[in-house]
Amino acid sequence: MNLKTFAGGLHPPDNKKWSADKPIELCPLPEELIIPAAQHIGAPAEICVAVGDTVKKGQMIAQAKGFVSVPIHASTSGEVIAIEPRLHPMGRPLPAVVIKPDGQDQWDDSLKPNDPEQLDSETLKSLIRDAGIVGMGGATFPTHVKLSPPEGKTIDTLILNGVECEPYLTADHRLMLEQSERLIDGIRILRKILGVKDTIIGIEANKPDAIEHLNKECAPHQIQIQPLKVQYPQGAEKQLIDACTSRQVPSGGLPMDCGVVVQNVGTCAAISDAVRLGRPLVERVATVTGPGIKEPKNLLVAVGTPLQHLVDQCGGLNGEPAKIIMGGPMMGQAQLSLEVPAIRGTSGLLIFREPDLQVRPAGPCIRCGRCVSVCPIHLQPTTIAAYARLDLIDEAEHYNALDCIECGCCTYICPAALPLVQSIRHAKGGIMAKRRKL
Amino acid sequence: MENQLYLSSSPHIHSGETTDKVMRLVIYALLPATLLSIYFFGLPALSVLLICTLGCPVFEALACKLRKQPLTLVDGSAALTGILLAMNLPPSCPWWIALFGAAVAILVGKQVYGGLGYNPFNPALVARVVLLISFPVQMTSWTAPAPLGSGIDAVTSATPLGEVKTAVMLTGKLPELATSGFGHYFTGDMAGCLGEVSAIALLLGGLFLLYKKVITWHIPVSFIGTVLAIGGIFWLVDPGRYPSPLFHLLTGGLLLGAFFMATDMVTSPVTYRGMLIFGCGCGLLTVLIRLFGGYPEGVSFAILLMNACTPLIDRYTRPKLYGQVESLKAEG
Repeated sequence: MNLKTFAGGLHPPDNKKWSADKPIELCPLPEELIIPAAQHIGAPAEICVAVGDTVKKGQMIAQAKGFVSVPIHASTSGEVIAIEPRLHPMGRPLPAVVIKPDGQDQWDDSLKPNDPEQLDSETLKSLIRDAGIVGMGGATFPTHVKLSPPEGKTIDTLILNGVECEPYLTADHRLMLEQSERLIDGIRILRKILGVKDTIIGIEANKPDAIEHLNKECAPHQIQIQPLKVQYPQGAEKQLIDACTSRQVPSGGLPMDCGVVVQNVGTCAAISDAVRLGRPLVERVATVTGPGIKEPKNLLVAVGTPLQHLVDQCGGLNGEPAKIIMGGPMMGQAQLSLEVPAIRGTSGLLIFREPDLQVRPAGPCIRCGRCVSVCPIHLQPTTIAAYARLDLIDEAEHYNALDCIECGCCTYICPAALPLVQSIRHAKGGIMAKRRKL
Repeated sequence: MENQLYLSSSPHIHSGETTDKVMRLVIYALLPATLLSIYFFGLPALSVLLICTLGCPVFEALACKLRKQPLTLVDGSAALTGILLAMNLPPSCPWWIALFGAAVAILVGKQVYGGLGYNPFNPALVARVVLLISFPVQMTSWTAPAPLGSGIDAVTSATPLGEVKTAVMLTGKLPELATSGFGHYFTGDMAGCLGEVSAIALLLGGLFLLYKKVITWHIPVSFIGTVLAIGGIFWLVDPGRYPSPLFHLLTGGLLLGAFFMATDMVTSPVTYRGMLIFGCGCGLLTVLIRLFGGYPEGVSFAILLMNACTPLIDRYTRPKLYGQVESLKAEG
């Protein structure tokens, strides 16, 4: 097999075996759904329902504000019982619509199927926007924006991200195995919008079953399956583009600056629903796993389901949790509580117990250079971090701190246990604050 | 439950690599050479080793106390410095010189700069050079190997490199030992510092470090490669006056320096390109000092001089940023 990859990165133990063979299971609805108005990068949506309203599944409950924004929809039918700030995955209370399900799970009648063949690119894009589609790999950037390159930018390649390089997560893996028709339909819609022929699905070699399955399914559709060497962070846009096409996104630029659009496979499947069925993004596949979970699973989760409910569906907690992570262990976000809801960008819920975390104090940098050799952007993390610790923001900027993609490889590998990527984040914040002042 | 949750930001997992693991692996890698030096030089070697390996941590503890810093002995770096220092001393060196060397290595070579990670020069080499300049007689009195149990008393002898230097200066010609008897050098049956003696034991340790990924090939290969290349050129020009590359390789501290001293992470560049430049510089300086300098052996001076260049090398070998090729547009 011809395995491609990128320069740098590393290969942490993937720990996917716990859930890789578990078929996607429908997660029953919880007592109440907590649906935040902010589930994407860009302006939060504006809530447009009131307490006491009855809503149908797929009905808009918050409207998009501006171009880089998407509407939010009810994930089931029921009654709006509260509109109030609730604890958000971002770590603080943010406005949310709380829905008590009526048990009917009835779709909104006004949602009508469409035939993508009959629609033009602009209509397709507005359908995608109205369905609230965002990048489901975790970044949650509004998809219609990515599909709207400005004048003069030509897109010639569409890359589907089936890499799932984060350890533990298997949601995309299962989706590729079980829902390839949705995926392929989504690809055809995306190709129509972008007017591209070259389509590559990048999949790491640790998912041979998905590679084989999609090779078979995609053969009639001129979609190339590109097996990739297992290497984190291959699922990061820039690294995936490099691995699949040997092109590089210019520093400070976007994938479209090198003629590429990248979409996560889950997003692509959601696009098929949005167009063909007219159904908005109200549910997604998430992997509930980690040593702190009794029975790891891949669940089809309604947006707004509290994490506690997901844990309950997976046999409960295994021991005392010490860290609750939304997303993967390399780039996911630590959570304050299991009351937080799963949102559109929730690719997984990972629970560690105390002994699973290797907490130890940071020592001095011994200049071993490992962070330099693993950095996929080819930065000198230890140098930037040292400047950041001294608040020497200009120097950190000179060492290209802003190009850091925060993959965490440097911190992962550091023998001195230095919080390198954390310090670089601090420097990035300082640089952005300085630029705003100018 | 909520009170006991960790909220630190990503990444949430770690490779398990630790500084003390790195140090421990280097110590393991030095074991074959250490044991062989005890075998060849007997009790004097053992005592030098013990004084340095125990002395360095004692001075480290003392310095930590004076600086009101937490004890850093657990990281093993002081013990490693001790072993490396011992490897750089002649077995016959008096106990007080070894002890003084340990003090210099830890206090002057390392702690005055702020301890582990902050020293610009390799501490063991700083100590060796201080001792070489301060106690030239004791530091250049060598004994021929007297293997354990052989019943031979220590016999004064010169190192192969020393004999070459003297012979070339006096007669302008290489002595016989520079052209034959290489088998001795390979196993370590010759006079020299503890760590200069056995090529095979040092190679074994070096390969172990490469295999364990503690070091990369860049510094040892460029260092040794440059010595072989430059040494080889001189040898081809005048084989009667200049020793062969193999002689350069197997005698003196080249293998110890290339695998264990120049690769000291704190004092060498962090980029691969930087490491290559660093290694080539070490190699070039080593040959020049050996052939034309006042001292028979140049490895220590070469590494220390290149240590001084490390910040500069790091500055000029920054890796090419991802996406820098087409960034003209973005810069405008």
